[in-house]
Amino acid sequence: MTYVPHTEHETREMLDAIGVPRVDDLFADVPAGVRFPKLKLPPPSSEMEIMAEMQALAARNCVDPSLSFLGAGAYHHFRPAVVDYVLRRGEFYTSYTQYQPETSQGMLQALFEYQSMICRLTGMEVSNASHYNGATALAEAVLLALNAAQGKRSKIVISPAVHPQYRAVVRTYLRATHATTVTGDEDGRSDLDQLRRLLDGETAALVIQNPNFFGQCEPVDGLAEAVHRAGALLVVVTDPIALGLLRPPGAYGADVVVADGQCLGIPPSFGGPHLGVFASRREHVRRLSGHLVGETVDAEGRRGYVLTLATREQHIRRAKATSNICTNAAACALAAAAYLATMGKQGLRGVAELCFHKSHHAAAEIGRLAGFTVNPQAPSRPFFKEFVVRLPRPPAEVNRILRVQHGIIGGYDLGGDFPHLANHMLLAVTELNTRAAIDRLVSALSRIAA
Amino acid sequence: MSAVTIPTVYELSVPGRHGIDLPEPDVPPAPLPAGELRADCALPELSQVDVVRHYLALSQRNFGVDAGFYPLGSCTMKFNPKENEEIARIAGFAETHPLQEPETVQGNLAVMFALQQWLAEIGGFAAVSLQPAAGAHGEFTGLLMMRAYHGERGEATRTRILIPDSAHGTNPASTTMAGFTAVEVPSDARGNLDLEAVRAACDDTVAGIMMTNPNTLGLFEEHVEEVVRLVRGCGGLVYGDGANLNAIAGIVRPGDLGFDVMHYNLHKTFSTPHGGGGPGSGPVGVSARLADFLPGPLVAAAPDAEASRYVVAMPAKSIGRVSTFYGNFGMLVRAYAYIKRHGAAGLRANSEHAVLNANYLRVKLRDAYTVPFDRINMHEFVCRGAVEGTGVRALDVAKRLLDYGFHPPTNYFPLIVPEALMIEPTETESKPTLDAFVIAMRAIAEEARTNPALVKGAPHETPVRRLDEVKAARELVLSDRAKPQPG
Repeated sequence: MTYVPHTEHETREMLDAIGVPRVDDLFADVPAGVRFPKLKLPPPSSEMEIMAEMQALAARNCVDPSLSFLGAGAYHHFRPAVVDYVLRRGEFYTSYTQYQPETSQGMLQALFEYQSMICRLTGMEVSNASHYNGATALAEAVLLALNAAQGKRSKIVISPAVHPQYRAVVRTYLRATHATTVTGDEDGRSDLDQLRRLLDGETAALVIQNPNFFGQCEPVDGLAEAVHRAGALLVVVTDPIALGLLRPPGAYGADVVVADGQCLGIPPSFGGPHLGVFASRREHVRRLSGHLVGETVDAEGRRGYVLTLATREQHIRRAKATSNICTNAAACALAAAAYLATMGKQGLRGVAELCFHKSHHAAAEIGRLAGFTVNPQAPSRPFFKEFVVRLPRPPAEVNRILRVQHGIIGGYDLGGDFPHLANHMLLAVTELNTRAAIDRLVSALSRIAA
Repeated sequence: MSAVTIPTVYELSVPGRHGIDLPEPDVPPAPLPAGELRADCALPELSQVDVVRHYLALSQRNFGVDAGFYPLGSCTMKFNPKENEEIARIAGFAETHPLQEPETVQGNLAVMFALQQWLAEIGGFAAVSLQPAAGAHGEFTGLLMMRAYHGERGEATRTRILIPDSAHGTNPASTTMAGFTAVEVPSDARGNLDLEAVRAACDDTVAGIMMTNPNTLGLFEEHVEEVVRLVRGCGGLVYGDGANLNAIAGIVRPGDLGFDVMHYNLHKTFSTPHGGGGPGSGPVGVSARLADFLPGPLVAAAPDAEASRYVVAMPAKSIGRVSTFYGNFGMLVRAYAYIKRHGAAGLRANSEHAVLNANYLRVKLRDAYTVPFDRINMHEFVCRGAVEGTGVRALDVAKRLLDYGFHPPTNYFPLIVPEALMIEPTETESKPTLDAFVIAMRAIAEEARTNPALVKGAPHETPVRRLDEVKAARELVLSDRAKPQPG
């Protein structure tokens, strides 16, 4: 099956107009020896068959968001029906980048409003119209910091409490530059005090995550001042849901704020597509990568929106562009905008509080179990919706029992990324986890220990 | 369409309104950490009806393929199958968490494993990574692999990438990001790469060439085999920009032509929607000598039947991760379904009809607009949009097309054709649609002669008229509370 509408008669008329006898004649420039290969692909399916096949494939996955306690960079949150209603508008999702603003005002205004809401949420002055995901947004933030230092600084101090995969993506992006990342001691225990001591005249940026990868609030007071004294930028990776409740990075001096916006109305979808949130202080606007939507007026003085500062971008600046990014994650930014507009000031705070209370309840209950310790690395530090648990048995074993015997998807095994955290797992609790689900987890863990 | 300005969400906001109700906490509240709190997250306050009507009104000011013909060159704005939107939303896919154990996501891994194989088969490559999130991301990935390959062979002195002057802007931008120097190679009088210029540029400092084939003029490189021979002969690698794969899927495999690496734009050739500018997906295929450098994890079939059927693994000399998790899985599911719906014959038929449609438009328009390279083209072609002797430029023709209900072609690209209009109809457009577009284009050429002010003042029928881009860049109002200030 194809979606080609032509009848044989129409195809004939068109070939006649072109002046070639057969469709194959249109491909005479293709070297004959490799033309028209026999592709080994499965035979075509009807719509009915493909729907059944995909349902069957999906059924081979284990899925139950209310009984999942897995977070670590992708989260199960409630998504109001309004969000998908907006996403399904064909006018939006079958359009492309807004190079013709007169016929793209809808998407442009939605993205402008997205930028506006992200600025307020993060406490920053400018936001771009999206990056691919949180990790690539961080990589672009690091490139911005190197660019701001005009190539004179080559050290990026990055906290080991930044998501390990984000750190990996940054390392990949820096492969082709003169810059390197340092995370303090090898085993990833460095805290902010130790990282502050690494700041020097070579440092282009300090990157922290707050709440950090382990869910905890970092002691950020005075941090920005120290970073700025060293002539570097403070880059903060954050959780947009947490910003419904917790003070925004702009309030404690961040220069660039990035986040994965999947939590804002986008399904986890096995890790993508997600949304790269990217916001900064205004002084960096010309170093920003990605599209920016700006307000202007039309020939009759009416308000309208356009993509602006295109002179930074690859289609104008080519080899001198701030980034190669072209296609970004516009539909995901649209989802986040619809989510934030629907939740509003009170709704986002409400979701954040539910995450806070439920995760604290779960942590308290698990902490009471013999053999389990919650947040052993920093027991008194505030946390938001994730926490670390030291287990009496290996996490892989615990997760297997949780799944097979209790239908629960357990936490993230920290031992792989952090050798000193073998036998520790990271649990996430959101508004979707009911008290009953939490109780089921706690009771299952108590039996596992016994 | 209404010409009334639509208020922003902040202008619609009324203190105390809310759009959502949440359940009461079913756990005892924990004390909030006083020192860490913010007073107000400063989001707007709207009712749910406000939100729905707002976005509906915005959607009515946006043009997509579902609304009409969208011949945006090099973007492949084809019909997006509706079943794919249902498929990607099946809870068994959409609600899976990327850090679940492989044995709990065998369905996802089966989709990815098959897609890796099918894309490799379509492109003629040894292996594919699905991780890059867009075409430009795939380019960057491919170039990092080329860098790693040369580095491992002790040839880190290969620092130059040859790039045709007709290339997409992402090519030189990606080249710079990957630490190489872009060297521009001119095109010849027939729109091919200038073979003598390629020959002269090939030496032991060349890391490779980035070729788009068919190129952005919509022409299949007549000397492609010779270019590949020259570049490989001097020790370079050949990168293929897969943005134009919709002309040749099922027609020729870039791997068979000697390409070492290519990205696929799943949102183009395989019709995962463009989403208003993403999310896309840009998997990378490579020849055997680059396979070990792919970013991971990749999906592999388990060697022993006792274990789960599919496992994930990092290639031996991987350049590392270019993205978190597995890339844009939601797009991979759609591409899987699209390929499975079509089969080999369907993919070939798509390319054939994409090329048929583009050639038909070329012959129907060439007496109204100059076609600088007037020969059999592939899935797109380039004409000059300026109407001679009238002062009407390509931009004016593009804007006037909006009044006729069409999305304009790509304009002012490729850079080597002045006043370029780059027209890509795709295979899903019918002959009546193409004929209507031809009538509109010819009518605009006629208007340019009889009433040029009408064309130069276009559009007239859109919700806003031409927008002041200079003011936007000078004042830089990027959020609704930013006050204009010198930029």
